[in-house]
Amino acid sequence: MFTVIITLALIASIFGLILGYAAIRFEVEGDPVVDKIDALLPQTQCGQCTYPGCRPYAEAIASGEADINQCPPGGEATIMALADLLDVEFKPLNAEHGEVKALPTIVRIDEQTCIGCTLCIQACPVDAILGAAKHMHTVIESECTGCNLCIPPCPVDCIHIFEVQPTIRNWVAELPEVENITPRAA
Amino acid sequence: MKQTKAHIAEKDLAGFHGGLKLAGHKQLSNSTAISIMQQSSEYIIPLQQHIGAISLPLVKPGDRVLKGQMLAKPDNLVSAAVHSPVSGVVTDIKQHDVPHVSGLDDLCIFIENDFKDEWIKREPVGDDYNQCTSSCLRKIIRDAGIVGLGGATFPSSVKQTEMHLDTLILNGAECEPYITCDDVLMRERAEEILSGGDIIGHVIKARQCVIAIEDNKPEAIKAMQAAVDKDGTGFFQIKVIPTLYPSGGEKQLIKIITGEEVPKGRYPADLSVLCHNVATAYAIYRAVYFAEPLISRIVTITGHGVKQPQNIEVLIGTPMKACIQHCGGYTEDSDELIMGGPMMGFSLNSDAMPVAKASNCLLLTVKSETRHKQQMPCIRCGRCVEVCPANLLPQQLYWYASSHNTDRLLEHNLFDCIECGCCAYVCPSDIPLVQYYHHAKTTIWQQQRERKSSDISRLRHEAHQLRLEKQKRDREEKLRKKRELLKNKTKISNAEDKAGKQAAIAEALARAQAKKEQHKTKTEK
Repeated sequence: MFTVIITLALIASIFGLILGYAAIRFEVEGDPVVDKIDALLPQTQCGQCTYPGCRPYAEAIASGEADINQCPPGGEATIMALADLLDVEFKPLNAEHGEVKALPTIVRIDEQTCIGCTLCIQACPVDAILGAAKHMHTVIESECTGCNLCIPPCPVDCIHIFEVQPTIRNWVAELPEVENITPRAA
Repeated sequence: MKQTKAHIAEKDLAGFHGGLKLAGHKQLSNSTAISIMQQSSEYIIPLQQHIGAISLPLVKPGDRVLKGQMLAKPDNLVSAAVHSPVSGVVTDIKQHDVPHVSGLDDLCIFIENDFKDEWIKREPVGDDYNQCTSSCLRKIIRDAGIVGLGGATFPSSVKQTEMHLDTLILNGAECEPYITCDDVLMRERAEEILSGGDIIGHVIKARQCVIAIEDNKPEAIKAMQAAVDKDGTGFFQIKVIPTLYPSGGEKQLIKIITGEEVPKGRYPADLSVLCHNVATAYAIYRAVYFAEPLISRIVTITGHGVKQPQNIEVLIGTPMKACIQHCGGYTEDSDELIMGGPMMGFSLNSDAMPVAKASNCLLLTVKSETRHKQQMPCIRCGRCVEVCPANLLPQQLYWYASSHNTDRLLEHNLFDCIECGCCAYVCPSDIPLVQYYHHAKTTIWQQQRERKSSDISRLRHEAHQLRLEKQKRDREEKLRKKRELLKNKTKISNAEDKAGKQAAIAEALARAQAKKEQHKTKTEK
């Protein structure tokens, strides 16, 4: 009886030591779930989800604080991917946070009206606006995520939203229209 | 380098999986000689006529340009230059209808012809190409804006690596019904094609050149054979292959000729093979012997919707309407305008579009031929599997494409699909399968682009956050330093004060003492 207890205790302490060592040796820095969620978010940093950026929203989803359907720029595809990753039910986009855009958008600065106040530069989360105090500002269109965060601070309302029209280089073919026939699941 | 092609001559022509025997309809357009089209007054040159990056304009509206002058330069490795087909004036650079399956507009350069036909200064290499290095010849081919003229329009110089390849295959299969532009080119300009083949062979140091022609083109075979006999070097050999669609597909043709399959995700170069269309070889011949960039091509204008179906040599940028008029115009019951053949071509919504480098055929159908197909559910008959030349499972791809299952699509090798249309052709339910695959492919590309741009945004946002934090830290550090400086200063001055006062007191004391002593001695005296 006594030997059995001692043996078990010994084995337990040996495994405890191994596990303890492994926990230190192979410690994962940061939260891998947050990273995975963050990788699926569109990185517009627009804050429509009520969090101050994509990473904070990813952290909120990971902790169970936020729902997966609060990201309008990501739309259904992002919700679907998040549902897949976290193994939860798909749910439609929460309309409180905004609607899905038909086409992606960017902003442009009306350079005639711009007074060079730098407020939009400070508001841009991805440093896509170029300019200096009392000099004209301009948007680097290829880097603009269409978050529209620069619009409210502008004192002269010279920032306008433009839709990005599809070109033959980024065009997506439509699915053929099927009349009255829905294919059944495979 | 693999040397497995030595047994080509002895081996039977191995077939590929699937394929279709289709009615050719070739006699419609191949009975007349190539007709050279008269010049139009206006030319529209799309800046994207190739696979890869759109080319960068070198001219601006108002500039006078000469025939053969480069209008736009390649913007990347995979990109191609475009040239002016005539001498004249650039009137505009703007969006215009282009022959693309999307039906969208793209940037085009508009040139008004001055009918002087004034060429830019040319220095052809001619027969001296044997003395040129591979890279020098590749540069000539690149500067001439030559792309694959079989329809894929991949920049030719990119395909011709500096590596030595064993076999050059010149593709004269022309397997798609109705199209005869390569057929007539081989009949009329066989020697020129061989010269082009010789140049490419010199670039890649090829040991042999196989010219593949389908057996439904006896006259082209005869003409090419005569040219090969005349050449007499033994470098060229003609391979007559059975007529089976899509034998002209690059991977299918390589399978037929070498008996080997190009592995997934690899290139023909991995089998030591390079494949070029005969029209591309002809264009390369023109570039080397006449320093003539790719400004014209042979286009098949055919179908029952045009009065005189035939092949015409036309300058790139010519409005399609002018080409159709040159062929007698539309018939009364003309219906649809298709660029390419009936299998892989796509419908165009306007004849104001220009002929581009990819325009091998304009097919005009009549109303009785156009059949409205009602798509029915897939019954899993598996006929699509039997005909697929890429050995795929079309019906599985169809299910996954309609349910947007990207992982499964990739598992089922969606990107090996060459969109030949065999599966849709045999489908008893009339499912437009290729459209589903096209949708799936373009969607996946779009997702990849979005992922890439969101990754960039993430990096930029992180850099932005870091910068803000650093600014904040710097500011705090500065404040802290200032505060410390102020504190130290008061401390120092206090200390100085104390020491100074004490010194003064000590001095005063010493003075008083001295006075006292003086006084004392005075009274003592």
